[in-house]
Amino acid sequence: MTDPGAKAADPNLPLGAGDVGETRPFVRLDRVVKRFGGFVAVNGVTLDIARGELFCLLGGSGCGKSTLLRMLAGFEHPDSGRIEIDGQTMAGVPAYARPTNMMFQSYALFPHMSVARNVGYGLVREGVARAEIGQRVEEMLRLVRLETFGDRRPHQLSGGQRQRVALARALIKRPKLLLLDEPLGALDAKLREETQFELRALQARRGVTFIVVTHDQVEAMTLASRIGVMEAGEIRQIGAPRAVYEQPQSRFVAGFLGSVNLFEGTVDVAAPDLMRIRTPGGGFVVPPASGLSARQPVALAVRPEKMRIAAGAAQADNALQAVVEERAYLGDRTMFKLRLNDGTVLKVLSAAAEAGVLAVEPEAAVDGGGAAADGGGLTA
Amino acid sequence: MTAPLSSPGTAGSHPPTPARRAGGRQGGGFRLIIVLLPLLFLSVFFAAPFLVVAAISLGDPMLARPPYTPLFGPDGFQGDLENYAFLLTDSLYLSAYLNAVKIAAVATLLALLIGYPMAYVIATSPEPRRAVLLMLVVLPFWTSFLLRVYALIGLMNTNGLINSVLSTLGVIDAPLVMRQTVFAVYVGTVYTYLPFMILPLYAALVRRDESLAEAAADLGAGAWTVFFTVTLPLSLPGVVAGSMLVFIPVIGEYVIPALLGGPDSLMIGQVLWNAFFSARDWPLAASVAVVMLGVVVLPLLFLRRVVEAR
Repeated sequence: MTDPGAKAADPNLPLGAGDVGETRPFVRLDRVVKRFGGFVAVNGVTLDIARGELFCLLGGSGCGKSTLLRMLAGFEHPDSGRIEIDGQTMAGVPAYARPTNMMFQSYALFPHMSVARNVGYGLVREGVARAEIGQRVEEMLRLVRLETFGDRRPHQLSGGQRQRVALARALIKRPKLLLLDEPLGALDAKLREETQFELRALQARRGVTFIVVTHDQVEAMTLASRIGVMEAGEIRQIGAPRAVYEQPQSRFVAGFLGSVNLFEGTVDVAAPDLMRIRTPGGGFVVPPASGLSARQPVALAVRPEKMRIAAGAAQADNALQAVVEERAYLGDRTMFKLRLNDGTVLKVLSAAAEAGVLAVEPEAAVDGGGAAADGGGLTA
Repeated sequence: MTAPLSSPGTAGSHPPTPARRAGGRQGGGFRLIIVLLPLLFLSVFFAAPFLVVAAISLGDPMLARPPYTPLFGPDGFQGDLENYAFLLTDSLYLSAYLNAVKIAAVATLLALLIGYPMAYVIATSPEPRRAVLLMLVVLPFWTSFLLRVYALIGLMNTNGLINSVLSTLGVIDAPLVMRQTVFAVYVGTVYTYLPFMILPLYAALVRRDESLAEAAADLGAGAWTVFFTVTLPLSLPGVVAGSMLVFIPVIGEYVIPALLGGPDSLMIGQVLWNAFFSARDWPLAASVAVVMLGVVVLPLLFLRRVVEAR
């Protein structure tokens, strides 16, 4: 895994291109802009996606992720910029002629057709022979384990079954690129988890390139080989789930993916092998981040589960004096709310098994320590 | 005549279902009133008069007041189906029925062909414009129906507006004969009943799910294929409702063929009027009316079966 920070620093390299094995990206977005009236939905997105990737566009509602997906499908057209799929420019190519298929958030199953006719719709349009259609529909329904449901109407199915019909319908034309809009949004928690792994397995088996749009960071983490975090029509960070989570490049990304403790401070020492950051609560020693120099104001992000609690007072790097304000027992973990001397409130997540932690009562004075390797400096 | 009046009583004596009882005694009573009132209204103003008409149709004309023989004379029941037999033997009635069905069917088809694109455009228009367009559809109702038919006469007369404009422009030498033709009847019926076609179509089309059309396009369907495989089939309930709202009243239409039509556009409504008011043969007129109801109800039942089969 390459360090995404290094790539972001090089303006000539498209974001995320370093992870791509092939020389030519499969999907290429080049400075794509889309406006709706005065509202800029997508603001100059440049993005390369390799063949066979499972790419997740993650962001809150209105961040432009769905618009981006709809431009790939051909339902919207960019005001400027280029979209290429498999080396072909998509300018002027209508939705029905694109090598993409989409799974809609609402599933958009045709209510007046049986499941089998829904799944076979794309093949009928292609003019495939009837016998072959029947065969491929059957094969598709077997894949999504709905082989006995071919004669049902969509309204006779459960949410999870509808989701699988929608997937089968989108896959039957063997698209080069499958676009999924909040594919798991309408499913309950248990079904979601099941389907997430099914989707991943399916993607790996078929070798189709997936682009998934979601607002759910857990969904993005489990599904994606790479995540692009979007905000206000722009991609804020691209990288593998682990890189985006552990080395967020901005406050927004840090806060959007999971919870985070932010420490405002200044860079004290920016050496090639380490960086010292001074904050009102205490000093931190963290791995170096590019683009930061001494005396620069900076925010340090530390994940709650990367901090440890210890009783007593110790003066050391990456150690903070705090008072336990609240404790919430979560079963496998315990969540502590700590207050620093300057009033900042921190969240610390401890594994329940950690010795001594459960004995810490509110109002006790403790040390909260951020492990050196896990902090990250943020400029944005 | 007492049968329909007693039916509300039987409906009221039905024990409430457990689900309804759970909803509360008050809700059940309210529900009953909501069902009973229209039922009572229909019994008094539809079922009862219809039974009277049916009874008259079994009698014979008589110079008296009322001008028909009563159903029960001194020798008991004296009704017969003579009038119905007469309707079948006299070609005037048969052809008038067929003509009415044909004109109603063609007018319905024309209204559908004209109304569907209009309803589609209205349903796909952005909000402020949509309200204006809907208003324009309903606007003709603000003037009296008769007045609008008279306006059509003024347009289509031999020396009417259309002919005078065309001859002034030199397009025609002799005036076109439009009034008192079947053409004029079609113009009149389609114009009058178009809103009844557009409104249910609009209601069906405005509810359409745009993502279904997108899904079809995504799977390789061009614009026309999307329309014929997705948009049109899903708007069929609107097509059926609009067609019934045009077909049924046009079958019995009297004013339009009487004012705009000629001898070859004789419809059953006019025949009914003549039998009733000119010939004063109430029993025959009543039998014409009973058969007309059958002519209307049969296609209705057929359409219902078509919709239910989907």
